[in-house]
Amino acid sequence: MSALQLPLGSFGGAIEFIFSEQTSNVTGGAKVGGFEQAVELALKQLEVTALALAVALVLALPLGLYLGHKGKGELVLVGLANAGRALPELALIALVAALIGIGLVPVTLALAVLGIPPIISNAYVGVRQVDPAPVEAARGMGMGEFAIIRKVELPLAISTVMGGIRGATIAILATATIAPLAGVETLGDYIINASIYGDDGRLAGAILVAALALTLEGLLALLQRRLTSDGLKVKTA
Amino acid sequence: MNSPLTLAAAGEVGGDFFKERTSDTLPCQAKPNEPFCFDWARENIDRFGTPTAQHLELVVISVLIGFAIAFAIALFAHRRSWLQPPLLAATGILYTIPSIAFFFLLLPITGIGKDTAIIALAAYTLQIIYRNTMLGLANVPASAKDAARGMGYTDRQILWRVELPLAIPEIVAGLRVAIVSTIAIATLAVFIGGGGLGTQIYGGGNLTFPTSVFIALAIVLLMAMVFHIALLVAQRFLTPWRKSRAA
Repeated sequence: MSALQLPLGSFGGAIEFIFSEQTSNVTGGAKVGGFEQAVELALKQLEVTALALAVALVLALPLGLYLGHKGKGELVLVGLANAGRALPELALIALVAALIGIGLVPVTLALAVLGIPPIISNAYVGVRQVDPAPVEAARGMGMGEFAIIRKVELPLAISTVMGGIRGATIAILATATIAPLAGVETLGDYIINASIYGDDGRLAGAILVAALALTLEGLLALLQRRLTSDGLKVKTA
Repeated sequence: MNSPLTLAAAGEVGGDFFKERTSDTLPCQAKPNEPFCFDWARENIDRFGTPTAQHLELVVISVLIGFAIAFAIALFAHRRSWLQPPLLAATGILYTIPSIAFFFLLLPITGIGKDTAIIALAAYTLQIIYRNTMLGLANVPASAKDAARGMGYTDRQILWRVELPLAIPEIVAGLRVAIVSTIAIATLAVFIGGGGLGTQIYGGGNLTFPTSVFIALAIVLLMAMVFHIALLVAQRFLTPWRKSRAA
């Protein structure tokens, strides 16, 4: 077998694993793999990602926009963004599992922690970078401060704000891959428990996780286009 | 930044985490509800030496490779604007694929070990460094380039003597983000047999117990902080003309 056939053969086996059940070497003849199982694990990964993203958005987005509007707390947010980047997701999952517990709720909270820094700091920076002229104009027309944030600053800052949300989503989804270590069975189970699923299963897990991340990123890019007002699109084109 | 130890205030310690390493964790086993066991830490701190060195090696090599590639493609695409959108998309794809999936996509080709980890980590840094380099070059004032051209500089001289020096703040900022993120993500290299501090968080197919995780976490955060500060200092040193303006 040539050097090239070997890797291609592995990928073929992984694709087969995704679409048809096979007998595990370890679990005493139990069936592993197959489309149904893959979909179930993928949905679990999306579920925990969505829950964590929702928690992070609720906590971080309004606060980031508000602080950006007021121009307060920059040093704290810069520190938070740096600390968030430096936080190893594996350590976070390990500590949550050991000290808080395993299952959907602890994992959701741990993943939300990862999503907060990029959302809050991008919301802050985005609003800070908005041209002050339209904000003054809105204030002159009698708009309240919250209306200014919602109707003027947020639309003008949407690309930076969405950049933070996309970064948070991908970080959460990526970390949800190791969630099986804390008792939530996502696609990462194929990767982490390779002794059950075999080499084909592990590669299948990697393919599915990568595909899921790229699909989600693509959808968020589309969403960002939809949310960007037509006036801004003309200006950048 | 909060001390990681404050996390430990909440909840109880899962008993399962102690079963795997009876001989190592004996002092801790006597009091499993204690999230940080100083006795164990004192006696076992030297076991973190090799993983720390491996971690540094993973990070430094992958960021250097990532920087060399990203910087080269940025320079190549600089005057070829039609190349920029596809390069941004391609590096974006490499950035979006979760590292742990990337490791195992490479596994059939490059096998178990740190080489695979380094390739995936380097690929991850490309987007950050490429995008910041392009941003830095784009932010160079046209007047500076015009002035250089007026003085008879060629395109090449303008790039190396005017544009790149003025883009240093963005380039170094990209490098800083890349290195700090890679320090965190390199803990995942344990899954592909790449060594590093991840081995002290997840070993032998199980999560280790909190004391070991806390020490590994502290080393990772310290390493990130040292590189962060070193690059801030380097940036000041590389752009001496900005000192008077820096507030």
